[in-house]
Amino acid sequence: MAEYETHDYDVVVIGAGGAGLRAAIEANAMGVKTALVCKSLLGKAHTVMAEGGIAAALGNVWKEDNWKVHFRDTMRGGKLLNNWRMAQLHAQEAPDRVLELEEWGALFDRTKDGLILQRDFGGHRYARLAHVGDRTGLEMIRTLQNHAVHRGIDVFMECTLYRLLTEDGAVSGAFGYWRQSGKLVLFRAKAVVLATGGVGKAWKITSNSWEYTGDGHGMALDAGADLIDMEMTQFHPTGMVWPASVRGILVTEGVRGDGGTLKNSKDERFMFRYIPDFFRAETADTEQEADRWYADKTNNRRTPDLLPRDEVARAINAEVKAGRGSAHGGVFLDIASRRSPDYIKRRLPSMYHQFMELADVDITKTAMEVGPTLHYIMGGVRVDADSAQSTVPGLFAAGEVAGGMHGSNRLGGNSLSDLLVFGRRAGLYAAEYAKRVPRMPRVDDRQVDAAANGMLAPFDRREGENAYAVHAELTNAMHELVGIIRTRSELEEAIGRIGRLRERAERVGVKGSRVYNPGWHLALDLLTMLTVSEAVARSALTREESRGGHTRDDFPKPDPEWGKKNVVVRRREGHLVLTPEPLPPLPAELRPLIGEDKPTGKVALEPVAAASAKE
Amino acid sequence: MADVRMKVWRGDASGGDFVEYAVPADEGMVVLDVVHRIQAMHAPDLAVRWNCKAGKCGSCSAEINGHPKLMCMTRMNTFEPGEEITVSPVKTFPVVKDLVTDVSFNYEKAKTIPAFRPKPKEADGTRRMYQEDVERVQEFHKCIECFLCQDVCHVIRDHEENKASFAGPRYFVRLAALEMHPLDTNDRLELARAKHGLGYCNITKCCTDVCPEDIHITDNAIIPLKERIVTRTYDPIAWALRRMRRTGLASPAPSGPE
Repeated sequence: MAEYETHDYDVVVIGAGGAGLRAAIEANAMGVKTALVCKSLLGKAHTVMAEGGIAAALGNVWKEDNWKVHFRDTMRGGKLLNNWRMAQLHAQEAPDRVLELEEWGALFDRTKDGLILQRDFGGHRYARLAHVGDRTGLEMIRTLQNHAVHRGIDVFMECTLYRLLTEDGAVSGAFGYWRQSGKLVLFRAKAVVLATGGVGKAWKITSNSWEYTGDGHGMALDAGADLIDMEMTQFHPTGMVWPASVRGILVTEGVRGDGGTLKNSKDERFMFRYIPDFFRAETADTEQEADRWYADKTNNRRTPDLLPRDEVARAINAEVKAGRGSAHGGVFLDIASRRSPDYIKRRLPSMYHQFMELADVDITKTAMEVGPTLHYIMGGVRVDADSAQSTVPGLFAAGEVAGGMHGSNRLGGNSLSDLLVFGRRAGLYAAEYAKRVPRMPRVDDRQVDAAANGMLAPFDRREGENAYAVHAELTNAMHELVGIIRTRSELEEAIGRIGRLRERAERVGVKGSRVYNPGWHLALDLLTMLTVSEAVARSALTREESRGGHTRDDFPKPDPEWGKKNVVVRRREGHLVLTPEPLPPLPAELRPLIGEDKPTGKVALEPVAAASAKE
Repeated sequence: MADVRMKVWRGDASGGDFVEYAVPADEGMVVLDVVHRIQAMHAPDLAVRWNCKAGKCGSCSAEINGHPKLMCMTRMNTFEPGEEITVSPVKTFPVVKDLVTDVSFNYEKAKTIPAFRPKPKEADGTRRMYQEDVERVQEFHKCIECFLCQDVCHVIRDHEENKASFAGPRYFVRLAALEMHPLDTNDRLELARAKHGLGYCNITKCCTDVCPEDIHITDNAIIPLKERIVTRTYDPIAWALRRMRRTGLASPAPSGPE
């Protein structure tokens, strides 16, 4: 039997980005013994990279804004595939969560009368994003980090949890390893909160860091939980495309929120040609109206540069394919000709710095070259909207690893608010659950042994496959075959290639010791990425329509029947099983908020105003 | 393109040495790209920390040709053709393996700083702060905790014995951020003097020079803190005024690592 250390906690939170930190703070405040376990050093999680802001209907800039408009924007942005209750809770609670950060020391940019300033972003009817220049994620994670430290929460840094343990179908703990020492570690726990983020490292061009290997998605599947909407991946329209080594690094949507426009190689503002019927009634169709909208939202419609991300990413993809792209295969994002250098440097300091340092481009003088980059997965662990509990008792999920909130496409700014709203809820309900569990669950030695043996096996194959090489092939396959535009034959080929890569991944060998060995870490993460990639490819093959982040060349239109279903993924007897299941139905009283799902003209704006007026 | 050559320090607490590697070069590469390519092609167990690869998370600090820098923001074309390039772990913290060091010193110091404690809200239930009042604290909030300022600070770089009584520039920035926060009521000046060793700093500005976020650590954080302490300690009128206005003493900090 392998040696390992053991820790006992009421609640173990896996992941220390915004959702994990907020969950741990809440569980700790509920008085239960809480551990926060993270793969990196504290404060380095992916949340730190979020740029543009936190969406919350504070109404500081546009008093017309309220939760109903935010709810509507979120549902329409997700093409109505969202879990309506999650979208409602999110819109209702986001303002309180933002103001709470201020109580903990966060300093957002201010309006002239001293309140939190809000900026425009794609798909949001009003300027809604609380922000700090273009480094909002840093402010948020540091505020939460400092607050968690002051609360004395036990933090286990550079510790990777790799398998969940269960007793009679309910969570009993988690098992993993210390990255620094390579020693194995068992957490016995009454409840576990997954806050592990996304899956982007399975794609070649991504804005995601090494941590984004789908750990929570994989662990949840293995523990018997349901995943939903795994075909819904978000390509952020504006990643850097040049130089090659920085390809994929994020360029904030705030550039467009603050006045930047997309142009092709013919200097055309091409987004006007890509306004879909679904958003036609609320989108400006002339450059003049679009430009007026920044200052006057009452009498003008939103610029198509700020259509939801799925629309913009597809448009860029189409422009490049039509031969109107930039020299390096992107398009141009121009703020230099539209705003003063002082304004650009004040509003977008880290974009200025990033382009200057990494690409020798001065964004106050020249346009940026940008193109789509895999940024986010809307799909994830199926949870109860109110409690964030998965289909496995005692297992909770919040943030990117949870599914449902964003439907088929997430609006920018809705992620940071999602982390806060559902991080808090997951921590709260995990603590309440743990209080109801009468004793520490028993840990099944066979489960621990199986996990330990699997984790150490690569050391017995010192001359096996190279983990880095297999990983590179996986990212190529996902990029080529499960990208922005998908089709049956390519998805089937992807599934075949993933299967063959799995056979190779199971033969990966590791050189060196267990002490801080990235080759070993990747060998294990690779198996998780393959599982998640298979879930994405199979879900994409199952959904025979185009909606949000999922576009099928062979089924180019949305299908109303598919619009009522989630694709659910489960692991049963070792295999992934996929089942379309009905969405929770939208209550009649909320339906008028959303507007019609048809291109019939002016409807999209009016129902909201009418519903608000009744209050 | 031609190969790029780089000497990377390999070893652990018991010792180590530079190992030279050659990998194919790409346009626009940064030092971290080369390290990753070395991992993939030659040394899969080469230990290195990184996350965002865009200068936003502060994970990939190292000493490049002896200068503390972020590997992700150091372009390969900043070196002369044929120039020898060495990459070694930051010097001030104990080596774990290769380029990874034990930075727990910093996280322990963070625990000794008393929490933010806001004053009551406005009568209308809001928090009103003006951009000009928050801007100088926002400068401090830019800190990405790369700990390069800690690495370069001569008070602890070659003096392990000072670590117990010195928090380092990163935490002076944090103290300044709290001290100058428009809403905060906690008082940490005596703690900064007595426990965090602000007096050790003789303002050589090494920390300011290495800061990848261009925070004016010395001028905007350390010197104002020193001035406030001097005013507090030696100006009896200011002392008496503050004494009367004070809403409460700082909660005692938990005991440090010593």
